[in-house]
Amino acid sequence: MPTIHVDRDKCEGLGMCEAMANDYFEVGDDDILEVLNDVVPESDRAHVQSATQACPVLALRLED
Amino acid sequence: MTEFDDERNLVVVGGGLAGLRAIEAVRGTGWRGSLTLVGAEDHPPYDRPPLSKSFLAEGPLDQVTPFRSTVQLREELGTDVILGTRVEGVDTDRRSLQLSDGRRLAYDSLLVATGSNARKLDGQDSVSGVVGLRTDRDAAEVRRHLDQGARVVIVGAGFVGSEVASAALQRGLHVTIIDSEPVPLTRSVGRQVGEMCVDLHRAAGVELRTEVGVASFASRGGRLTGVVLTDGSELPADLAVVGIGATPATHWLTNSDVALEADGGIVCGDDLATSVPGIWAAGDVAHVPYEVFGGDLLRVEHWTNAAEQGAIAGRNAIRGEGDPEKISGIPYFWSNWYGHRLQFVGTSLRTEEVVIGPGGPGSVVLYRRGDRIVGALTIDRGGDIMKLRRRIVARGSWDEAVEFATARVEDGSGTKQTLPA
Ligand SMILES: Cc1cc2nc3c(=O)[nH]c(=O)nc-3n(C[C@H](O)[C@H](O)[C@H](O)COP(=O)(O)OP(=O)(O)OC[C@H]3O[C@@H](n4cnc5c(N)ncnc54)[C@H](O)[C@@H]3O)c2cc1C
Ligand code: SF4
Repeated sequence: MPTIHVDRDKCEGLGMCEAMANDYFEVGDDDILEVLNDVVPESDRAHVQSATQACPVLALRLED
Repeated sequence: MTEFDDERNLVVVGGGLAGLRAIEAVRGTGWRGSLTLVGAEDHPPYDRPPLSKSFLAEGPLDQVTPFRSTVQLREELGTDVILGTRVEGVDTDRRSLQLSDGRRLAYDSLLVATGSNARKLDGQDSVSGVVGLRTDRDAAEVRRHLDQGARVVIVGAGFVGSEVASAALQRGLHVTIIDSEPVPLTRSVGRQVGEMCVDLHRAAGVELRTEVGVASFASRGGRLTGVVLTDGSELPADLAVVGIGATPATHWLTNSDVALEADGGIVCGDDLATSVPGIWAAGDVAHVPYEVFGGDLLRVEHWTNAAEQGAIAGRNAIRGEGDPEKISGIPYFWSNWYGHRLQFVGTSLRTEEVVIGPGGPGSVVLYRRGDRIVGALTIDRGGDIMKLRRRIVARGSWDEAVEFATARVEDGSGTKQTLPA
């Protein structure tokens, strides 16, 4: 199943991923992104893909 | 979805973020028609926000890397890329574009994503050392002066200007900001937040002079030596960064049938269609009605907006029949000043604002219209902003949002730490 990868050097905690898919991403205290669930069932692929594409610093990837 | 047949072509004008996302989205649907991107800059699309942030920091130059190379655009996205070339006019009857190299380019469908240009002051172009920050070239010029230890004057205490001030201060340089308003940024974020922003400058030790403008630029041998203000005083300077807003890059459309607003922005529907069939617009150029804000027409100049609108306009431009996609996002931006992060989501238009928290870093500001929350701003509270966004998109109640933000501020959650600048 597709898996979410975060490039921690790039992520700035801007939260667009949370805006698009708060069931998978949450920016916590101190701007640290928490991935709530990194394995994505096929049924959620499109929705998580839109979140990975929304990241302004290109820190997210969805890998098969 | 039925798409128009693969014999037809889509031309995207403007190689910025909106243009790039349009192309990616179009190919993402599997569409096989021909795609052309025409961009005035010499590079393929690259990211602008770092130009006033990491790019200006001390240390080795953080090169501007395009999102995708020309070869990748061609091979991965099947796009003909015409760079360093400006579109100078459009004939909407013949569906043809006039290019700056003399060529004409025919289109079946056209997507306008020409973004905006930094607004200029009189005389700015004739003096070296006076820069409006919009492109990687502008940023390289600002950086070169910072590297040389320039005395810096920032004209306009907006977001871009404040970020440059922050970068200059970080390098230990002398910076003065001037602004013609009594409280800068009042129009975009309200008076109380404007005042908090003034405090951020002052707390950082940057001199901010308000209610004063530029009378002229003093120079010797064509190089800037000082900024003469409307009160008669002169600030010695080697670099002046003019950050007084941006205007839509739509000169080439003024004699066409494409309807423009008074500011030159393009009138669009919530599906990003312009007044002319077959022509779409996205990003900084587009005025779009937001249903969630009672149909208010907004021209949003933010990264996420350009990304979202580019993708939607691209897909709509190749759609044959069926209902076009409508915009669903709401405005969002962030800005980093002196180690603090400001984030804003929603709208402040026709609102009343309430500050929750200490009234500076660590605060949440909520914007109210009647009994609804329509906007939110946070300073150093990155954990709150998207939770507030969700409430705004869901047309949430004012009382609940106040309760939520108050609880977050009081129990010490959210971000308190400051970031490296
Ligand atoms: C220094 C700076 C810092 C920023 N920081 C932030 C931030 O922190 N957060 C945030 O949300 N937003 C920020 N922004 C705003 C954000 O970058 C813009 O909203 C976004 O770039 C808009 O994308 P766009 O594709 O609509 O337009 P643009 O990025 O302006 O791209 C338009 C392109 O079209 C080209 N063009 C123009 N006219 C023609 C023509 N006639 N023919 C061919 N090509 C043409 C231009 O040369 C340009 O390359 C910042 C902007 C700047 C300049
Ligand atoms: S959108 Fe990008 S930068 Fe923002 S929190 Fe998500 S991964 Fe990090």
